[in-house]
Amino acid sequence: MYALRNKYAIAGIGWTDFSKKSGRTVRSLASQACINAIADAGLKVSDIDGFVSFNFNDSVPAISVATEIGVPAARYANDFLSGGNAANMIVLTAAAVIEAGLAETVLCYRAMNGRSGFRLGGGRDLSAYNITQFTAPFGWITYPQAMAMWCRRHMIEYGTNAEQLGEIAVTFRKNAEKNERAMQRDPISMADYMNSRMIVEPFRMLDICLETDGACAVLVTSAERARDMKRKPVYISGGAYGGGPDQGEDLFDALRWPDHSHNYAKYIADDLWRSAGMGPKDIDIAQIYDCFTYSIIMQLEGLGFCKEGEGGPFVQGGRIAPGGELPLNTAGGLLSEGYIHGLNHVIEAVQQLRGEAGVRQVPDIETCLTTAGAMTCGSAMVLRN
Amino acid sequence: MTYAKPLPVVDVETRPFWDACREGKLKIQRCANCGHKRFPPTFYCPKCNSPEHEWIESSGHGRVFSWIVVRHPVPREVYAADVPYVVALIELDEGVRIASNIVGIEPEKVTANMPVRVIFKPVTPEITLPIFEPA
Ligand SMILES: [Zn+2]
Repeated sequence: MYALRNKYAIAGIGWTDFSKKSGRTVRSLASQACINAIADAGLKVSDIDGFVSFNFNDSVPAISVATEIGVPAARYANDFLSGGNAANMIVLTAAAVIEAGLAETVLCYRAMNGRSGFRLGGGRDLSAYNITQFTAPFGWITYPQAMAMWCRRHMIEYGTNAEQLGEIAVTFRKNAEKNERAMQRDPISMADYMNSRMIVEPFRMLDICLETDGACAVLVTSAERARDMKRKPVYISGGAYGGGPDQGEDLFDALRWPDHSHNYAKYIADDLWRSAGMGPKDIDIAQIYDCFTYSIIMQLEGLGFCKEGEGGPFVQGGRIAPGGELPLNTAGGLLSEGYIHGLNHVIEAVQQLRGEAGVRQVPDIETCLTTAGAMTCGSAMVLRN
Repeated sequence: MTYAKPLPVVDVETRPFWDACREGKLKIQRCANCGHKRFPPTFYCPKCNSPEHEWIESSGHGRVFSWIVVRHPVPREVYAADVPYVVALIELDEGVRIASNIVGIEPEKVTANMPVRVIFKPVTPEITLPIFEPA
């Protein structure tokens, strides 16, 4: 279990434009986000000595970024081959790496040409080897198709419905209207949601996140050092990674997963809250991994914000909107801001906790939950100011 | 015409499964040490780690655990003629889960826990897919 409560902090954040066609290499996007994060912290490139990143064979290794921006001594570099489940785990790993004495100032990044280059959501390799020989031959290929299977199960067990999913999509779009970074800022109504094209029942187009070219970077160092830097530190109070037994043979595979109404969140909840010395009631706002609308419901239930099966009603009635009991995805989320594989949620959490989120700032907050992942494994953090 | 959809890349662990499908049999593994039944195939038993196992024939009957209706074809050129089609997770009577298609019923009429049974669909001389229809 995480034993570094508030010992490490996020001291800088950086990002690129989020677009459909960057016209740039993934390496240069990664470098830009890292350069911006270093500047944000008020540091020099030579202060950086570690990198942690993750990719799906669609990015560049950390050493190439270190080379491009001219880091003189990269003491640690780790490129996880992983999905969105790693977007918080890389930050926790950075803290662990510093605690171990392997580095002092670590950049965590995710960079991708997720729309103009390799499209995670659309195609997969059509050769059905290993575990995919038992899924792809039946036309079960894409992540929306994977997650729709989970969503149906929640509908079967608990009566979760399209209005509830729609409320998530409409709420997050409204948040994105106030975010200059967001790719989708045109307002949508519940009727727009209902009328959006059915892609794979029970998912409509507006249940599915965006595809984005761009990069985000987060600079992690000790809390002590962060206090001497340019920005107000955002402390990593706690975190967890995991997903229990039968996580499957790849990120798509959930054939042996016991119960598709509940995802990894249920399995890491105890570790997460114990690590932070907090519970759901202590959380002011949250940035929850929303590759699909439905993934919000499983994570709210799994982490104990509501009872199992009550995630649908929980998101209704304005509870997750600004001014509600638990404002979620205040930048618009992966559904409307963009999809930097979940690391953009950490950027927004830091901006909110610093009080620099501008017109979308949620007032008087001290804590923000971030999560990463939607299916059998994932990570989460409690951040505080 | 060549078959454009994904074809199983049969490997040393899964060959008995696909060979059986070609003979019209749905088979799963049973641990020779502890009796645990498992699918998809693995070398080691997840309960006792024994590599010793036998292939037993499933009744081919099960129930719909969850399902989706694919309306937007991906890739378009491969699945355009098939949509809408149903992919389901089916709990076999033996207690293991398998992914497959459900045919012989309007997609809108599929329901949770609906009883289904396996039928076999040869798609190439080597590969026969186990698919399901209402029982
Ligand atoms: Zn066994």
